[in-house]
This record gives sequence, structure tokens and C-alpha cells, in this order.
Amino acid sequence: MIAESMYQELILEHYKHPQGRGLRDPFDAEVHHVNPTCGDEITLRVKVDEGKVLDVSYEGQGCSISQAAASVLHELATGSTVEESLGVVDEFTRLMQGRGQVEADEDVLGDAVAFAGVAKYPARVKCALLSWMAYKDAVVRSA
Amino acid sequence: MFDVDLIRKDFPVLSRELPGGRALVYLDSGNSSQKPNQVIEVMRDHLANHYSNVGRAHHTLGAESTAAYEDARDAIAAFVGAPSRDEIVFTKNASEALNLVAYAFGNPIATDERFRVGPGDEIVISEMEHHSNIVPWQLLAQRTGATLRWFKVTDEGRLDLDDLDDLVNERTKIVSIVHQSNVLGTVNSVSPILARAREVGALMMLDASQSVPHMPVDVTELGVDFVAFTGHKMVGPSGIGVLWGRRELLDAMPPFLGGGEMIEAVWMDRSTYAPVPHKFEAGTPPIVEAIGLGAAANYLTGIGMADVRAHEKTLTGYALDALGEVPGLKVIGPRTNISRGGTISFTLKNLSGDDIHPHDVGQILDDAFGIAVRVGHHCARPLHLRFGIPATTRASLYLYNTTDEIDALARGLHHVQKVFG
Repeated sequence: MIAESMYQELILEHYKHPQGRGLRDPFDAEVHHVNPTCGDEITLRVKVDEGKVLDVSYEGQGCSISQAAASVLHELATGSTVEESLGVVDEFTRLMQGRGQVEADEDVLGDAVAFAGVAKYPARVKCALLSWMAYKDAVVRSA
Repeated sequence: MFDVDLIRKDFPVLSRELPGGRALVYLDSGNSSQKPNQVIEVMRDHLANHYSNVGRAHHTLGAESTAAYEDARDAIAAFVGAPSRDEIVFTKNASEALNLVAYAFGNPIATDERFRVGPGDEIVISEMEHHSNIVPWQLLAQRTGATLRWFKVTDEGRLDLDDLDDLVNERTKIVSIVHQSNVLGTVNSVSPILARAREVGALMMLDASQSVPHMPVDVTELGVDFVAFTGHKMVGPSGIGVLWGRRELLDAMPPFLGGGEMIEAVWMDRSTYAPVPHKFEAGTPPIVEAIGLGAAANYLTGIGMADVRAHEKTLTGYALDALGEVPGLKVIGPRTNISRGGTISFTLKNLSGDDIHPHDVGQILDDAFGIAVRVGHHCARPLHLRFGIPATTRASLYLYNTTDEIDALARGLHHVQKVFG
């Protein structure tokens, strides 16, 4: 069963019990991103203060991969600095776009390393990246 | 005598093994069908032994290629009951065929009143259309200021004809609807809409991409004005599609694409055009693909389209029963095996009642069981919006599918519910 390498227990856990879900006030920027090929969508807000990410809140619909990725993103970004979190986004993007050939840096990615298997499925990479790209966009707009 | 085991032997891919030793269960023919040896071999032979350009190469190979290409036109004309071979226009797909007709309207070159479109005129489609039978008409409405209107779809997945007399009226220039829905499986009843179109003097087109591969279709019996379909869904190759149109209308329409072989004579400031169908076939066509499509039509005729339809009807009934027993599964489209084809789209919940996203359904079916289905909105987003769902999982059946494969699908869905339970 090849799928088991993609549907890691950690991904299913985040999917079933999403962390930080729901849109919250206050926020500095709100973005709405969609994946036109599958209709997945996410609305995401960030609250930033003096270079620190105070909250990442979100609401969306989509497959387990896209929803779990948003949940993991919330955990990793909230409480970190903007700079650190963008470093994680870059590393996650590199992993996702690496067609399964890229070795993930677990020190940087933490739980997000569980998505490594997704990189082997080109059709699903966008699912994993949806919320992360939305976050990057929101941080830029919040500045 | 229809024998599915013998038919399966014609399709080499059906006996291949997927990575990890999985057998292939191909339930995605509504997306694109597989190809039999009878088509593959004709195309290979043509490329190996006869290939040249058609229409303009005056040598032996050119003559052989031209003869094979035009024979394919005859095969298609016979396959769909066209009164004349000249009414069969080869396009690259059904989308091009639909666009070709849409661009004939509101074109200043067109002098025929039936193709004049402007503000106040109306175009009628339906909510169950594939994007290829929506967007070309939206573009036409935008170019000309005409109004786009549409039939609604009932909760059961049928066309709602209650508004027929209002929707199709003396302002209507063309009605273009799908013959068999690529999501719901619904086979639409053409005659009441056609009767109303005739009453008000509107033209009527059918997107038959999902019907021509699966049932006997006779364009003369249907009585509409234009029919579009595509090769790759009817065991033929991709890159080739067909527009059938009434000769008299095709003659009245302006050319679509300009280029080689669509002309009669060219001066620097003007041209005259070749008679149909060549008027609409600019440039070197997909030669081997057309020949392959002719072979596909002959293959299906050899089996018998009535038998193909009967086999699929049996399978569809079996599948509706089997899927009906999966808890949390909801079929989007007719639940009764009447006036519907073998395309079954559905949503799935886990045993706690939470939605399982179609992408997750499709991924597990493929990775764990080798079952190929389609997931997403199937190029019919407005229809999904109408049902208030972002996406569905779709199993689409064809002449080579078996009840064993439907059993495999049902087992696979139970497993999906366990993974996302």
C-alpha cells in the first residue's frame, strides 16, 4: 500500500483534530487562496507584532492533506518570529517541490516533515502548499 | 454475442500490473477511454507504411493517406447516421467543435440571419454542462451583448423543463445542451427542447461527448442542427474530435480557422473557401488520429452499440445497488437506472458522518487497490455549486468493465472509510 507513505499518522491526526482552526480577531491581514484544480480553499489571517507572529487563524475546506497542512502551519508559525517562520515556509516549499528527491531538514520543519511523502504525488503538492502560500502572502500584506 | 472477457483481451492496458503488483481497475472512461489493439494497430500500420500529408501530396503515399483519412470520415458518418459524409468536420476535440459553432454566431462575415447575434438575443445552455459547453457561449455573449440563459437542474439530477417556454423564446438564437451528463450520468430528453426550439426558430446543438461512445446515436433521428463529440472517449485517440452539422447550415457559416487546405483561391486581399467539410479543416489535420478514430468507430460497430449500451445498463444497475449499500455514500444524479448512463458521481462520509474529501477517496482507491476514478469537479463547477459541494468522486463505466470491478470499488470505499474514520 503505497498510500501509507503519504497518509502519515501525524497528517491524519491533524486532519481529524485541526489546531487553531477558526478565524480570529484581531488581525493585520486576511487572504483567500484557492486551488482551481480541486476547489480547495482557505481564508487565513495573521496577527503580527514587532516581528513576532501572535496568531495564524484560518478557515477552509479541502482534502486531508490541505487541511492538515494548515493545522501544522498554525502550530509552527504561531509564537515564532516572522523571519523564522518564512524560513520554514521556504524549506517546506523546497521539500514539496523536490519530487521526492529532496532530503528534508527535520530541525527546521518539525512536524511538517511528515508531508515528505506528498512530494511524490505532483497532483497533491498544491494541496499541501495551499495554506503555506496563503500564509506567505498574508505576512507580506501585513507589513 | 457480447463477451466482456473477450473484449478485455482487445485492450492491452487492462491486463497490465501497476507498481506494487496491483491489478488495474479502470473506472475513468468518462475522462478518457482505453484503446483496443484494433485501433493501435491501424494507427501503427499507417505511420509505418502509408503516412504522408493529406489532400495536397500528389504521390502514392499522399494518395494512400488521403484515402485513409477520407475513409475515416465515411466511417464516422456511418457511425452517427449522418446523411452526408460532407457533414462530418474533423476538429481536435469536442471543445473545438463547440467553439467552431459558437464563433459562427455574431461574426460580421456571416450574412445568414440565423447566425446574427446582438443585444436582445439569447443563448440557452444548462446548469449541467461541461465547461466546454459553457465558456464558448459566455464568450459569445460577451462579444455580442447577447444574454446567456440556462436550464436549472432538479435535485434528482434531471433538466428542469418547467421554464422551457420562457427560456426558449423568439429571442433565442441557439440552444446548446449536453446529451449525457459527464457528472450525473443523466441522458437528456432532446425532443421537447427541440420542438420548442423549432417553434421559435432557434438552432439546437448537442454536446454528445458522453453519449456517442456509449449508445447508438443517430444524428438524423435526433433531428438537431449540430452535434459535437470527441475521439478519445470512444476508444479512439486523443487529438481528434468531430462536429456534425446540417450541410445547409455549415454552408451558411463563416470559416473558423484560416489556413492551408480550407481555401478555394487566395489573392493578397481576399480569399474564397473550399466547400465543407474542408472549409473548417485549416492546416494539416491530425491525420493518424482521424484514421484511428475511424478504426474506433468500426470496432464499436463490430461489437454493436446496442450491446454496448445493454452491457453498461446492466453494470450501472449493479453499481447503483452496490454503492447504495455503502453507508454515508450519496449519489449525485439519478438513483434509478432509467435515462442515465454508466457515469456515477458521489460524495462519501466516514462512519462518524464527516465528509471525506474526494481527493482522499481517489488517492486511497488508487494507491491501495489500483482503482482509477476521477475526483474533483470534472470540468462542471457550476453543477457542483448547484448541489452545494466542492467536488465528487466519479466512477465511469465502459464496455470493458465488469461487476468484479464494481465489487472492488465498493470494497475500496469501505477501506477509505476506515482510514478516514
